[in-house]
Amino acid sequence: MARILSYRQALSEAFRQEMERDPTIIMLGEDIAGGKGAPGDQDAWGGDMGITKGLIGRFGEARVIDTPISESAFIGAAVGAATCGLRPVVELMFVDFMGVCFDQIFNQAAKFRYMFGGKARTPVVIRTQIGAGYRAAAQHSQCLYPLFTHIPGLKCVVPSTPYDAKGLFMTAVRDDDPVVFFEHKLLYDKAKGDVPEAPYTIPFGEAAIVRDGKDVTIVALARMVHFAQDVATDLAKEGIDVEIVDPRTISPLDEETILDSVAKTGRLVVVDEAYPRCGMAADIASLVAEHAFDDLKAPIRKVTPPHTPVPFAPELEDAFIPSRARIADAVRSVMRA
Amino acid sequence: MSERIHAITVPKWGMAMDAGTVTGWHVAEGQSVAAGQDVLDVESTKIANAIEAKVDGTLRRIVGQVGDTLPVGGLLGVVAAPDVPDAEIDAFVAGFVVAPDDGEGEGGPRTRTVVADGRAIRVQETGAGEETVVLVHGFGGDLNGWLFVQPALATTRRVVALDLPGHGGSTMDVGGAGVAALARVLEATLDALGVERAHLVGHSLGGAVCLVAAGRASALTLIASASLGPAINGAYIEAFLAAERRKEMAAALGALFADPALVTRPMAEDVLKAKRIDGAQAALRAIAAACFPAGRQADDLRGRLAGLRIPAQVIWGLADRVIPVAHAEGLPAAVAVHRLDAGHMPHMERAADVARLIAALGS
Amino acid sequence: MTTGLQLSRDKLLEAYRRMATIRVFEETVHDLFESGALPGFVHLYAGEEASAVGVCSHLDDDDRIISTHRGHGHCIAKGCEVVGMMKELFGSSEGTCRGKGGSMHIADMGKGMMGANAIVGGGPPLACGAALAAKTLGTGKVAVAFTGDGGSNQGTTFESLNFAAIFKLPVVFVFENNGYAETTASSWSVACGDIVKRAPAFGMPGVQVDGFDFFAVHDAAAEAVQRARTGGGPTLIEVKLGRFFGHHEGDNQSYRGKGEVEALRRDHDCLHRFRKRVGDAKLLGGGELDAVDAEVKALVERAVAEARTAPRPAADQLLTDVYVSY
Repeated sequence: MARILSYRQALSEAFRQEMERDPTIIMLGEDIAGGKGAPGDQDAWGGDMGITKGLIGRFGEARVIDTPISESAFIGAAVGAATCGLRPVVELMFVDFMGVCFDQIFNQAAKFRYMFGGKARTPVVIRTQIGAGYRAAAQHSQCLYPLFTHIPGLKCVVPSTPYDAKGLFMTAVRDDDPVVFFEHKLLYDKAKGDVPEAPYTIPFGEAAIVRDGKDVTIVALARMVHFAQDVATDLAKEGIDVEIVDPRTISPLDEETILDSVAKTGRLVVVDEAYPRCGMAADIASLVAEHAFDDLKAPIRKVTPPHTPVPFAPELEDAFIPSRARIADAVRSVMRA
Repeated sequence: MSERIHAITVPKWGMAMDAGTVTGWHVAEGQSVAAGQDVLDVESTKIANAIEAKVDGTLRRIVGQVGDTLPVGGLLGVVAAPDVPDAEIDAFVAGFVVAPDDGEGEGGPRTRTVVADGRAIRVQETGAGEETVVLVHGFGGDLNGWLFVQPALATTRRVVALDLPGHGGSTMDVGGAGVAALARVLEATLDALGVERAHLVGHSLGGAVCLVAAGRASALTLIASASLGPAINGAYIEAFLAAERRKEMAAALGALFADPALVTRPMAEDVLKAKRIDGAQAALRAIAAACFPAGRQADDLRGRLAGLRIPAQVIWGLADRVIPVAHAEGLPAAVAVHRLDAGHMPHMERAADVARLIAALGS
Repeated sequence: MTTGLQLSRDKLLEAYRRMATIRVFEETVHDLFESGALPGFVHLYAGEEASAVGVCSHLDDDDRIISTHRGHGHCIAKGCEVVGMMKELFGSSEGTCRGKGGSMHIADMGKGMMGANAIVGGGPPLACGAALAAKTLGTGKVAVAFTGDGGSNQGTTFESLNFAAIFKLPVVFVFENNGYAETTASSWSVACGDIVKRAPAFGMPGVQVDGFDFFAVHDAAAEAVQRARTGGGPTLIEVKLGRFFGHHEGDNQSYRGKGEVEALRRDHDCLHRFRKRVGDAKLLGGGELDAVDAEVKALVERAVAEARTAPRPAADQLLTDVYVSY
């Protein structure tokens, strides 16, 4: 019964099914087919990670558009086209590159509807890779989703499982607001799970309860959800029953599920791979501190990287990424408090 | 395994289950147990349920303590005659090996899609034998709803559970959407499976579907069946249709059970997963409109029970809050009526009893 | 192709009406701002009217334009409604953008006006998107990006020129070179002197026109828009013109030459030139144009009167229109 797909396969399937369903969906980005204008193979790469491979053969060059390395132009073009009857899905290889085109996202796409008094719709999806652990150093390894979450008008999606990746992508592409869709590069092949073949959607703003537990709530995103699951399994042997909440979308954020969980467990550990300052860990900690202080039996703990860029040397990068051991220690510490 | 020593192990309730947690023992070590008696409660991520003793004897060891989580097949306790020496029991516990859970292996559930009358219908088969039992779920359910009765029935029978159109992994094309249209799909599914006649078991809306398809039945079990009276909890139907979030769905599903606490968040999540498939919501609305318009049942099929020439029974929960148990009254004398201490989901709430009743009627 | 001087009387009158409306609107806003009636700040288009109207006279409601912080003229040229615009400047909930955008963000998608845009160089990528949509959907529509000389130096603009060229997008890049990016002279900031010289580098046709002459702009735009509509790809038009006011209201313009603005108003007023051209060619009479002036004046006066007493946004409007759904 189970139909086990990887995160990569789930996304590829979602792209294909949605493009078949809706002819106004176009895809654009750097090398999403690959080999444009070159003498060798077309669809040479199918995207930096091969996720869009095969789409150009199925949907043609008018709907699967390789762009020059010109992020302001093609992100802006996707945003502009979204106001003119298309539903563009634009890939920006790595979130680290957003700096060169940030204006088109946070001053243009995010603000049209408000600035124009509710008289614009901008149904664009911006897909991008996040995450450290690829030995790719400071400019290819960041999470950065807090930057986008900060901006009113954007929706931010951070799926951790193949099921969520497919369903949330389908919701994103059908949504009438601009959505930034963050894919963790280390989950593409490592995250596997049951994925229905039929198209389906998952509403934004509904957290997943990845694990039911009664002692401690861990809120985690993306790859950290998997780390939290490993930790929870280990800690069960110590008699600590961990509940794991994966918000899945951080804008909108399912505050209710987080607060309900903390009301039950009385303890919160927030694990985030993004930088600590003004990040999701701080945001969620403040949410709970403000609205559920009386439920807390122990101080809130955050497990994040330090306030440093992502280093290259493997031992340094491993020290940068929140580890299972640090997560476990944080859980034990709130249990002792 | 020694014939004198019987292991109580974590059962597998559905494909997704890989472990169970002990939530309570009804029997203390050293007390005697009778076959069929509830011995302990185990909780999976989906639902809690009782595990029964399979043999008469004495509960000699409790291995799974309350709070322990064990894999499917893991040893929970040991039942043996009182005269079996302790050393032999200890050796049995020490030497117990968990059988690998190979999921879809021999004897496990086999799920596939068949084409019935041009439509894709998901079926799950377990067991083998002369007799075939076909399980038809109710409105908004799917074949996974039978996970507690399926294993017991499958020990000596071929058990087929299916997803009606608009549900689970089947087509979202519900056609006419009424009971008669769904019954045609059931008959076509039987054709596709090469099943001439079977013991048809239907729950709620599925009961009405089986009743219409009774021409293909060797026996008929209707559980909290639709179409035996006009009343239905329209508020439940509407709440089920409207629920888009886990919390709303969990609240709606509470009406199904005598004890609403049986509804877990993963159960609500599973129901929502099915509802979020493209087309499911529209399909369910079409079925609700055809079968339960304006909070009443569209069909009254009581008359069909009178003409049946096959064994038939009706099972109902005394605390049913979706379709009143009063609909079990005034049925033809040949139809046995069993009223259980349950809500609208006796096959989940009183699974062992329901499995026994199904097995008994068919044989 | 119809040249400007071959236009029908109705079309000529309409062109004049739009240019005059822009002029009166901007002169009025200048006075209103000085009197303290308007919140925020405004960038006035007076003096540049021939550019917006010369280009937009080739476009219909389904063709898209994107504008700049100096956007009132483009809005009016593209058909945005003047009373709503004035209410927007006052921040009224009846404004074109319900008082949420203000002077620098007036948009009316129904008129093909994708918005004034307060980010210099923000518009060209968006125009590429509108053009991409037109091309993909096969609508035959075109997009126009209005940009200033300041915006001509932005990386987004260079990217957009390249992007439009390689995809042969139906887009026209109109660079309104009024000589100043805020206070900085374009004669200094544009490396090659003329923006139009950049067109060949991107493999697209480029033309420089006298922006005080409606007919020059009209004819250059006619060719460019037709090229775009018929699959010929993008065109760069550099429109040389000057602004009658400062960068924004309150700018004392100390960086401008002595007598520069006076000379502009005296010798390079596009409205005067238009009147002379149509008079010399005996296409329209002075009386007809005077009548348009009177109508326009009345319209803008009514806009101000209505805007002064128009309803203010309710407090709960703060939270609406952020998302379609959230």
